[in-house]
This record gives sequence, structure tokens and C-alpha cells, in this order.
Amino acid sequence: MTPTMETRGMKKSIEALRERAAAEGLLDVAYATVDSPFGTLLVARTPRGLVRIGLPNEDAQELLVDLAGRISPRVIETPGGLDEERRELEDYFAGRRHDFELPIDWQLSHGFLLRARQGIAAIPYGETRTYTDLARSAGNERAVRAAGSACSRNPIPLVVPCHRVLRSDGSLGGYAGGLEMKQELLSLERQA
Amino acid sequence: MAELPPFQTLIDEHATAVMAVLRGAVGREGAEDAFQETFLAALRAYPGLRDARNLRGWLVTIAHRKAIDHHRARGRAPVPVAAVREEPVFDPDPADDAVWTAVAGLPPKQRAAVTLRFASDLPHEEIATALGCSPAAARRSLHEGLKRLRKELA
Repeated sequence: MTPTMETRGMKKSIEALRERAAAEGLLDVAYATVDSPFGTLLVARTPRGLVRIGLPNEDAQELLVDLAGRISPRVIETPGGLDEERRELEDYFAGRRHDFELPIDWQLSHGFLLRARQGIAAIPYGETRTYTDLARSAGNERAVRAAGSACSRNPIPLVVPCHRVLRSDGSLGGYAGGLEMKQELLSLERQA
Repeated sequence: MAELPPFQTLIDEHATAVMAVLRGAVGREGAEDAFQETFLAALRAYPGLRDARNLRGWLVTIAHRKAIDHHRARGRAPVPVAAVREEPVFDPDPADDAVWTAVAGLPPKQRAAVTLRFASDLPHEEIATALGCSPAAARRSLHEGLKRLRKELA
């Protein structure tokens, strides 16, 4: 038996294992990679919904270890899974989709950060808000710094569009994926 | 609580070894099923696992249990494989059928100790690690298992 056939045989076995694990409800965290104009994204979901998007500059293994510790160690790659997530993201990058319809699992956010991130999710496509607006809508106008970390440590960038949050003077502020990516996302949304 | 790596790491690092063990133990055809059963059992138990130091030993131990279940369900001899494998094999002479049937009837810990010792050729220390007990306890399980086999096969 050639190594290639051996590997192919293993792939089929692992694929069958994934299907049975899913059928038994054992896929606590399923993940897959999704191509984007900015590089490869890592997309993870739980049975409740989308829980994490890793931007191209994030370390995938570190991200998975973090999810194993915070959600469940039953973290399994499902390359053929997460089709809905992949489709919506691709449509978004192509300018065809303005609003995501994916269910979201908010379990990685709590308290003020949760309220701030839900506020971010409500910013319409093509519009922007300031960190101060965000702090106010989350219930504490003076918590501008915390509003900043609601963005910078946002577990679900793109779908929770923290790139739409800017400084009060109109400058970009920060972005976990790099300022260039933030700039390009904003100009994508202005064009579409 | 142990820091458990993402389960995908276990698949990436040990799936091939587990499959090799199972092909040796139950033959190519039975291995596919036993592989699924092994990893599903591991996945079910994984969040409760207390010791993440020897994940491969843990998986191989589950694989051996599934191989024994397989033989018990089929009630027939393991299928010998043509190629020699790097992994420990469970490939007894068909003339030893009676022995392995008796092994399958042992209590789980003794059965695992006997299988790991004689089918996988593991030393006592590694049997202990695989079973999650002390080397002395592993030795005792092995000793009691063998004593019982001698009596049954006499």
C-alpha cells in the first residue's frame, strides 16, 4: 500500500469519526479554515452558534488551546462543516452581503464587554461609531477604555464588526487584524 | 484539572498509531469499526480525563478494550496481517484461540494488563501508565489475571 493511499484511508476514517461525533452531540467546538482576501481565517462554532473567528495574524494552535480551556477540550476540525459561516463570510467579502444571519454564541463575553459587543453587532453596514458612543450604549459613558478592549479583544471580528468603531476625532484607533485591514474593510463597505 | 489539549491534536498525532494497533489486533476489516469505537469512547470520556501526560497510552488502552470487544462479539480468531508493523500487535497463533477467549473473559483490569503485557509487549511501568495505576498494582493485575488463566486453561 502506498503512503498516499494509506493517508487517504485515514482521512476517510477520520471523516466518518467526525460524522458520528456530530450525530452523538460530541462536537462541543467545531472549527474550519475559511479563505479571505486578507488571508486564512479560523472559524469556530458550538452547537449554539458562531463563537470565535481568528484573524489571519492570530496563531491558530494558540487559539484552539484557548478554546479547549475556556469552552471544552472536545475541539475538532470539521473541514466540510461550517458551510453557512463560510458562505456568509465569502458573500460579505464580495460585497454581496451586508448583514450576517449566523446565530452567535456569546459565551466568551460577559458583563460590560458583552453589552458593548452586542452594541457593536447592531452598528449597520457602512456606518461607524466612536468608542465613546459604544461606551454610552453599553451603559457607562466613561468606560471608553473598556469599550476599546471590547473591540481589541473581540472574539468574533468581522461578524461583530468592531472595524466600524473609530476614535472621536475620526482616526482609525486600533484593530486586532492590523490597521490596513480595518481601512480596507471600511472602504469595502463604502463601495458596496 | 489537567490542561487538556484540543481533541483534534490527539487525532492528528495518534490516529495512525491507533489504527496500526487495531489492524494488528483485529485485522484490516474490523479495524475501521474498532477505530471509530475507540475514538468515540475517548471523545466521550475526554473532558473528565485527569491526567494528560500519556494520551497515546490512554488511547492505546481504549483500543485494546475495543479489540477485545470485537473478538468477543465475533467469537472468532483475530486475522493475522501480512506486514510486520512498527506498532505492538495482537496477532496470536490461531492455536491460541482458547487462551484469548479466556483472556476476553477476565475482569477488565486484568484483561487489559494481560493484553498489554503479552500482545503489546509493554513493560510493567508502561502498563501502569496506560491503566492509570501504580506499577505495583499493574503487576498485581497481571499476576492475578495469569493465575486465573492458568486455572481456567488447566
